[in-house]
Amino acid sequence: MLEVKNLTVNYGAITALRGVSLQVKQGDIVTLIGANGAGKTTTLRAISGLLKTAGGEVLYEGRNIANLPAHEIVKLGMSHVPEGRMVFANLTVLENLQMGAYLRRDKPAIRKEMDYVFGIFPRLQERLKQTAGTLSGGEQQMLAIGRALMSKPKFLMLDEPSLGIAPLLVKTIFEKIVEINREQGISILLVEQNANLALEISQYGYVLETGRIILQDRSLALRQNPQVKSAYLGGA
Amino acid sequence: MTEFLQQLINGLSLGAIYALIALGYTMVYGVLRFINFAHSDIFMVGAFAGYYLGHYLPAENLGCGLLILAGAMLICALLGMTIERLAYRPLRNRSKLNVLITAIGVSLLLENAGQFFFGAKSKAYPSLFPVHNFTSAGGIVLSSNQLAVFIVAILLLVGLQFIVLRTRIGTAMRAVSFNHIASSLVGINNDVVISFTFGLGSALAAAGGILYSVNYQAIDPLMGVLPGLKAFVAAVLGGIGNIPGAALGGLLLGVIETFVNGSRYSTYTDAIAFALLILILLFRPAGLLGKLQVEKV
Ligand SMILES: Nc1ncnc2c1ncn2[C@@H]1O[C@H](COP(=O)(O)OP(=O)(O)OP(=O)(O)O)[C@@H](O)[C@H]1O
Ligand SMILES: [Mg+2]
Repeated sequence: MLEVKNLTVNYGAITALRGVSLQVKQGDIVTLIGANGAGKTTTLRAISGLLKTAGGEVLYEGRNIANLPAHEIVKLGMSHVPEGRMVFANLTVLENLQMGAYLRRDKPAIRKEMDYVFGIFPRLQERLKQTAGTLSGGEQQMLAIGRALMSKPKFLMLDEPSLGIAPLLVKTIFEKIVEINREQGISILLVEQNANLALEISQYGYVLETGRIILQDRSLALRQNPQVKSAYLGGA
Repeated sequence: MTEFLQQLINGLSLGAIYALIALGYTMVYGVLRFINFAHSDIFMVGAFAGYYLGHYLPAENLGCGLLILAGAMLICALLGMTIERLAYRPLRNRSKLNVLITAIGVSLLLENAGQFFFGAKSKAYPSLFPVHNFTSAGGIVLSSNQLAVFIVAILLLVGLQFIVLRTRIGTAMRAVSFNHIASSLVGINNDVVISFTFGLGSALAAAGGILYSVNYQAIDPLMGVLPGLKAFVAAVLGGIGNIPGAALGGLLLGVIETFVNGSRYSTYTDAIAFALLILILLFRPAGLLGKLQVEKV
């Protein structure tokens, strides 16, 4: 599905990614974990076209999409839920979802998608006419995911969906992520600081440190890895 | 009372024109967070477009007047989009100051080009619409040109509200106003939306230019400077980036200006009008309808 090869990204004189390579197989949930500033967000932004790459390739369904504009990449069936959610705070919940389907014209199909989103996040349906900026953090995260689903993606990237959300709700949202993956067959690349949860729901994991992948393995194995345990799973 | 109502009518008709110009400032600010200082000169080009188009059609004819209005709006929409494409887009990711200085440059360019092509001297404006004064029993006079201002301004405002609130491109405009990253992640081509916004704002400025000219009956290439400045202030007063705010700010400014002008302090019209605005902004820094934006993290 996705194969990133040797990706390098600079912010001016600062090099944020130094040759990152990773793979997401069709139907998998893959997670990318790492400390603050490791370059997780940068990786997702480079893949989704928000950032220019300085080197390497982003192969999506066999085609190099590096440096394609972000709005073109959405057309290819890739959807990115950005860090901090970025719901359109000035739009209603309904308008946010409609904007998620911006590139689609088929009204009945859009309607079906929306019903699916309401199925996984019923809270959104209750808040349809409410301005997104007035939603709670957790509800905004649901909306951000719902909006991303509205484009009917084949591949979904999530940047720290647990950020600033009550633990109970985090659990719900992670269950929904698994559900989306299973039911819709959407492949997922998940960035998380909550490594415990992320490794629990994913099949494969990468550990990023200062712009480099330092470890990669099946998630099950990573959870047993002493290095990962001490650095990302809170000791023990 | 008659005097008061008469002044109110005059003020509202001036204010409606400010409102039409102010909308362009506020919409462009919304999507780009930048003040397009060349906007006041689009207003001027709109007036001249109407002047020259008027050469080809009979005067004092409602249908032809509206046709000229539409033609000038189209010309200015294209001009606004061209300016954005050539002058502002290449600087999109540079500092805001660069773009601001460029906008001032474009403004001077349009003014000088106007003087070069249209001549620096003031021109008498043709009567595009049928001329008639409606007089009420109490002696309040409403000229047909003022009536044109009201009707056209209301129709354009309603149309604009419809576009912004009910259409796909209008919703996209609001999405882009909120955040360029989020908008591109749902597949919106920000460039297209920004271009559309310039076109829309410029068309409204052109309408303002024609309505202003048929009421004041003289135009010159520097005519945009003062109304442009006032419309800019009106946009800030209403809450920059806020569309109903710009309309409200424009109307308010027009009314205040007209009343001060009719008082014995008329020499200080602009000073008093601006002092009032500063006062309002002291108490409502985000403008009348603006919200100080706080983003949840
Ligand atoms: N716009 C920017 N300009 C300059 N440097 C940046 C910019 N954005 C990120 N960086 C730097 O790039 C590095 C990687 O940042 P990134 O946001 O990708 O980290 P992250 O792994 O997502 O961290 P977090 O867990 O805090 O979200 C950091 O050192 C950061 O300071
Ligand atoms: Mg991050």
